[in-house]
Amino acid sequence: MKQRFDAVVVGAGPAGCACGYTLAKAGLEVLVVERGKFAGAKNMWGGVFYGPTLNQLFPQFWQEAPVERYVARHRFSLLTPDACLSAEFTTKKFTQPPYNGFTALRSKFDRWFASKVEQAGAIVATGLQVDDLLWDGNQITGIKAGGDELPASVVVACDGVNSVLAGKAGLRSKLQPRDMKLGIKEVIQLPRQLIEQRFNLVGDEGIAWEFIGSFSRGLPGGAFIYSNKESLSVGIAVQLSALTENQIKANDLLEEFKQHPAVADLLAEGKLVEYSAHLIPVSGMAMMPTLYTNGLLVAGDAAALILGTGLTLEGANFAVASGIAAAETVIRAKQAGDFSKKSLSYYPELLRESFVLKDLETFRKAPHFLENLRIYSLYPELACDLAEKVFTNDGTPRKKTWELFRQAMDGRVSLWQIARDLMQVKGAI
Amino acid sequence: MIPISIEDKLSVNKYDIDREVHIGIREDICKTCEGRYCLFACPAGCFKLMGEHVTFSYEGCLECGSCQIVCDKGAVEWNLPRAGFGICYQYG
Repeated sequence: MKQRFDAVVVGAGPAGCACGYTLAKAGLEVLVVERGKFAGAKNMWGGVFYGPTLNQLFPQFWQEAPVERYVARHRFSLLTPDACLSAEFTTKKFTQPPYNGFTALRSKFDRWFASKVEQAGAIVATGLQVDDLLWDGNQITGIKAGGDELPASVVVACDGVNSVLAGKAGLRSKLQPRDMKLGIKEVIQLPRQLIEQRFNLVGDEGIAWEFIGSFSRGLPGGAFIYSNKESLSVGIAVQLSALTENQIKANDLLEEFKQHPAVADLLAEGKLVEYSAHLIPVSGMAMMPTLYTNGLLVAGDAAALILGTGLTLEGANFAVASGIAAAETVIRAKQAGDFSKKSLSYYPELLRESFVLKDLETFRKAPHFLENLRIYSLYPELACDLAEKVFTNDGTPRKKTWELFRQAMDGRVSLWQIARDLMQVKGAI
Repeated sequence: MIPISIEDKLSVNKYDIDREVHIGIREDICKTCEGRYCLFACPAGCFKLMGEHVTFSYEGCLECGSCQIVCDKGAVEWNLPRAGFGICYQYG
């Protein structure tokens, strides 16, 4: 392989595949390098992604992509050790094309995406590890991989949260535990029929169910259950620094979550078929590396393009959109014959025009807000206590709800504190 | 479901285990550490306390990178396994 590529894309996840696909479609010579045995072999996510961006690349992708189910039910629950208070949203709209969210498993999904990249004319080299960048002065001119030098006009680093390339190019500083959530997940196999019965689903309908509360022992984080066709994705994501500072293992929290009375029965008779883990960069703008330099662009998780608003934690859409923006930048740079930093500065411009940096800017204060520990223990407890008081019929005369609320609050939090937290909600999310 | 140990969880995963160890611990630095954050951060329980020493077994590594990030002493020499080796997710 001594040919010179227009672009080498490192990593065949959603960012790398979207980038490679867009470049190949435009007729550029593209090499996508993936260290896993196949695309997806090293990748995991919670399991829900949203469709609009992918739909731009592949109209009606759900007809051919290996999605598990479309999300018909969004449920959110607050847990105390004994109780569970839930809100659920359903709309007919989400059950019809183009749908809204989908559940999927990366091993199948990424492989499908990479096959589309190959069909578009790119070379996808799996089982190939990047050892280093090639430099000509201060211009990056390709990669070293598997003992070979692979020259290219531009390198696109889509190598995930621990981006080795962004590090080697000097674009980011050491990652900090406070900026990370550790996500761990079990895939639990269950017969299709049982899943549909237990979660009240019909046909290919799926559920995306998120939880906060007692299982996280007050640490910033949440849990999830997402339904696949014949399995459930069950996991938690907790701030890495909070785990180590409190000497708590994520797996213990996950086990606690799985034992919760509102959860345990739903998983009964399930068979564990995989246990996976991944870091999620959650500090948004505050931790974002420099997005480009001479001959290199950074996209997806490698660029920390994740949006966490409390109710959602979303990255795949941002990865796909940033991969497309990187590709458009490279196409333009090739036309100009200029791959310098100045030419590639078109990339952040594109991101700023799209939802990618707009959303991260809108929710700039959300990561800090989500470190408010009252969200994870006090408020779920308050809400469940109040619900219990409202629903309890013990033969004694009833009180007004407001009085019950004041009773539930008693000694735990002041109205003043709640008002201040609500003001923070307004500012952050 | 009965609680499952990390070891039992890892046993259902598919790995292509290399003979080469991809993560190292610098003993000289590690023994000066009091926080021992690696013990709690690693989701695969790869770091264990054996007497005074932290030991590392790489076989169950899920390649998440947590150990390197939490080790503020810089004792973890973190690398990805060689291409084709390590965890191979069948679901993800």
